[in-house]
Amino acid sequence: MMLAPARRPALHAAPGRGAAAELMARLLRDRLTLAGAGILALLAALAVIVPLVSPVDPTATSLPDRLLPPAWVPRGTTAHLLGTDGLGRDILIRIVYGGRISLTVGFGAALIAAALGVPLGLCSGYFGGAADAVIMRLVDIQLGFPSILLYISALAVVKPGLFNMVAILGIAGWVIHARVIRAQVLAQRQMEYVEAARALGSSHLWILSRHVLPNVLAPVVVISTYSIAVFIITASSLSFLGLGLPPSTPDWGQMIATSMNYIRRAWWPSTFAGLALSLTVFGVSVLGDWLRDYLDPRLRVET
Amino acid sequence: MLRYVVHRVLLAVLVVAGVSIVSFGLLFLSGDPAAALAGDNWTRTQIDEFRHQMGFDRPWYVQYGDFVSHAVRGDFGTSLREHRPVFELLMERMPATLELTGTAFGISAVLGIALGVVSATRRRSLYDRAVLVLTLAGQSMPVFWVGTMLILVFAVRLGWLPIAGMGGLSHLVLPATALGFFPVARNARVVRSSMLEVLGADYVRTARAKGLPGPRVLLGHALRNALLPVVTLLALDIGYLLSGAVITESIFAWPGVGRLTVAAVLGKDLPLVEAAVVVLAAGFVMINLTVDLCYGVIDPRVRFE
Repeated sequence: MMLAPARRPALHAAPGRGAAAELMARLLRDRLTLAGAGILALLAALAVIVPLVSPVDPTATSLPDRLLPPAWVPRGTTAHLLGTDGLGRDILIRIVYGGRISLTVGFGAALIAAALGVPLGLCSGYFGGAADAVIMRLVDIQLGFPSILLYISALAVVKPGLFNMVAILGIAGWVIHARVIRAQVLAQRQMEYVEAARALGSSHLWILSRHVLPNVLAPVVVISTYSIAVFIITASSLSFLGLGLPPSTPDWGQMIATSMNYIRRAWWPSTFAGLALSLTVFGVSVLGDWLRDYLDPRLRVET
Repeated sequence: MLRYVVHRVLLAVLVVAGVSIVSFGLLFLSGDPAAALAGDNWTRTQIDEFRHQMGFDRPWYVQYGDFVSHAVRGDFGTSLREHRPVFELLMERMPATLELTGTAFGISAVLGIALGVVSATRRRSLYDRAVLVLTLAGQSMPVFWVGTMLILVFAVRLGWLPIAGMGGLSHLVLPATALGFFPVARNARVVRSSMLEVLGADYVRTARAKGLPGPRVLLGHALRNALLPVVTLLALDIGYLLSGAVITESIFAWPGVGRLTVAAVLGKDLPLVEAAVVVLAAGFVMINLTVDLCYGVIDPRVRFE
């Protein structure tokens, strides 16, 4: 919800150039969405296909080849297009495998977060009362302090690994869903269709799943998309710190962390891994903006 | 107003209690805390001895009660690695963290507001577009990569600033810039749209019509009203800066609480991790409480929410 390129109604634009400028802005915006979707599609395709067809092992080290620069720099070779890292591992292939990890973490955690947060938000908004009070106080508590403290407490006691990372991020991610869905349900509950279904003798479960849920699904999709971006950043930040994923995992955060050891001699490992990470986050964010405008213009947060 | 204050204070206490329960309880969720913290090559008897030494063999509620009754007196136990009181270790590192986050906060407030105001007054200009690109970049680039790139360009390539460590002002520039990058981008966005809204308001037109000079209208009338949403945002910034500091300190070897905490997690120094989490959360809650209460004074509407 942070990323909302300006497209406010031109209430006070200079006369004469308003329409043309507005159209330009819209074009720029759609191009952005297109670019974002393209980046993600490319990354996903590579992440799925390359491991199936490529013989290159992302963890295979080769000391004679260490710190080879990218192909277009003197001393670089076309065998390693983006160069190699300090252990002679190919950076391009590690970026592709890193994309697999980032997408897995992002989507996996987003699914868990929605699976936990949506039912809790539905119940909280629909039933109200004590359940609502308890759930909302839990939301207040968790939003009352920075999430990184929660991750740190959890990572201090669990074993590093992809599964644990996804689980921790997903479980901690329920709050936003719960809060937004609750607000949506509160509005829906007043609607006549709910009352009608109730009068016809439908059970609460039926009303919630068949009538209320479909009407609040749009925000779930939008929040989930944004949360993928947040989870990808968080997971890579934690693994940059050496928490969460075992060493030697071809993860973008970890790649940047190890490249700090030879940052005076090689600029390429950290540059390309970070570029891949930022472009992915950018892609997911613009896609989220587009989904928000497309699915539910009311959701638009004017920031 | 009293109702509002009481409500806020109770919530703050609840948050700190919640954090302490979570950070304490997670250890027990893992099953056997002594085994979870033990080294890989420990023998059974060593683990048992450690369990007793840490008091893990007592019921969990006794342990938690013990933890709380000591914690409120500022006693969070002794570090497993440094063999010193953890609270003392944390307080030693606190000034460095405050220096870094305070500087980044200053940058994000001043630069973010300035960029936003200029961007709003020159809407759709090249400058406005440049700020848009900056905000897009700021929101896509994680702080640790911004930090890495700053080191690469300004410390390694140009050699203008030191790579890492704490010293004079020159050591502060890169970490504070890295940490402030995202909040500057976000604040600029919000100030821009908030300013645009206000600039179209009737009272701004009235101020212009009665012949007030441009800058006076801009700063005296428009900005003052545009800043209301920004106050909320600055409070949000503090949460970001705290999380970001944990990461930034690790990149730049900045000797603050964040770096200490990460090292404690890696070294499985549990008393230190627990204390750091609770102390950082409590600090954050207190800042937020202050902001909330100030906000209640500035804008009476929030009291009735």
